[in-house]
Amino acid sequence: MSGAQPILEIRGLRKSFNHVEVLRGIDLAVLPQELVFIIGPSGSGKSTLLRCCNRLEEPTGGSIHVDGVDIMARSTDINAMRRRIGMVFQSFNLYPHMTALGNVALALVKVLRKPRKEAHRIALGALDRVGLADKARAYPAELSGGQQQRVAIARALALEPKLMLFDEPTSALDPELVGSVLNVMRELKRGGMTMLVVSHEMRFARDAADRVIFMDHGAIVEEGRPDEIFSRPREARTRAFIAELAR
Amino acid sequence: MQGSPRFVDVFFNWVLIERYFPAIMKGVAVTIEIAAAVVVTGLALGLILAIVRAFRFLPVSALIVVFADAFRALPPLVLILLVYFGLPNLGVSLPSFAVLWLVLSLVLAAFSEEVFWAGLLSVPKGQWEAARSTGLGFLETLVYVVLPQALRLTVPPITNRTVVITKNTALGTVIGVGEILNQATTAQSFSGNATPLMMGAITYVILFIPVVVLGRFLETRFAWRRL
Repeated sequence: MSGAQPILEIRGLRKSFNHVEVLRGIDLAVLPQELVFIIGPSGSGKSTLLRCCNRLEEPTGGSIHVDGVDIMARSTDINAMRRRIGMVFQSFNLYPHMTALGNVALALVKVLRKPRKEAHRIALGALDRVGLADKARAYPAELSGGQQQRVAIARALALEPKLMLFDEPTSALDPELVGSVLNVMRELKRGGMTMLVVSHEMRFARDAADRVIFMDHGAIVEEGRPDEIFSRPREARTRAFIAELAR
Repeated sequence: MQGSPRFVDVFFNWVLIERYFPAIMKGVAVTIEIAAAVVVTGLALGLILAIVRAFRFLPVSALIVVFADAFRALPPLVLILLVYFGLPNLGVSLPSFAVLWLVLSLVLAAFSEEVFWAGLLSVPKGQWEAARSTGLGFLETLVYVVLPQALRLTVPPITNRTVVITKNTALGTVIGVGEILNQATTAQSFSGNATPLMMGAITYVILFIPVVVLGRFLETRFAWRRL
């Protein structure tokens, strides 16, 4: 994998909200097919970091390149870049007035300008990948939390993104529904998807992540292989956080 | 029981009912015409203003707020008289029908803009973010994701407000618009009997009850379980 051009390359990223510095110079590169996990206490800036990657938050400084494109450049069409950056949210954010199929097909029709028929075919394929082809006609309210989150993954997946961002994808789920979402993410990993995941699912991180990053107070404290971070953290802050997680 | 025939004679005089029925029906046609025109232009303008406000361009938003507040604060009757008797002094004289339509449209636009705006605000931020994250632009997100949800939420208050404003077509009587109340008061003064007024009242009930029922139907039809 070494030598490959990173899919995501963040340099010196800074973000402030009204003079409060939330990100203080983040450097991070994610290589093709890599699954990078970000952990850290709440308020450490991990969600903000993720949301800067598709400019849902506007960075204050630094640079972000996705697939070689400077997404902060004035000349960059951010909407065109966003369809190559899939995002999955903690609260799913499915469109309640559309069926699962409609949710997945919307951007295919309106952004990629696919004919409706083809969009539905692609959308159905994406729903199939998350195991929900049979729920295509269901509305979000008729689906369990786990199913809703899988539809949300399909919605991002249908656009064939180069990179997927997961913002605490299982935090809003009942424990028994977490597994189905993680299984889908595992499948994506196996299929070679590049993923940046903010989550506290340690078991999943251990067996699926290539790298774990521990953030605190807007900076990366340490990073390493999952077993290093979880079993032999070097930094005292990381140790304290891991111990807290494991309780 | 002695008062009973007199009561019937004053309010339900059959001869007068027959005589003034055509006039009242003419009023019904005028009322429906104005009400329909007001609903179309008022709601369309209100929606457009709410959408413009969604762009959050401060000076424009401020103007919209000033307009909405002014037209919600002023009694429609004051506006009608002001426009009808004031504008000719500026060399613009509109027919009474047009004045009534214009004023009520603006009043409905002011109220509905506020309701539509509240509806837009009530759609969770996550809906915007999810849509934008798939590459949809601001306007596409507004049209395909946010507005459909916002509009459903606004159906009950919009229906109520629309009924209130369209009932105000009766104010047209003071500037001589030949709507229901105008026909009824004219007939009343000719006959010296309250029967035409009662006919007008009953006509309003017949006209507006279906609208109220329709509003209730829409309310349940467009409600859906959230999340």
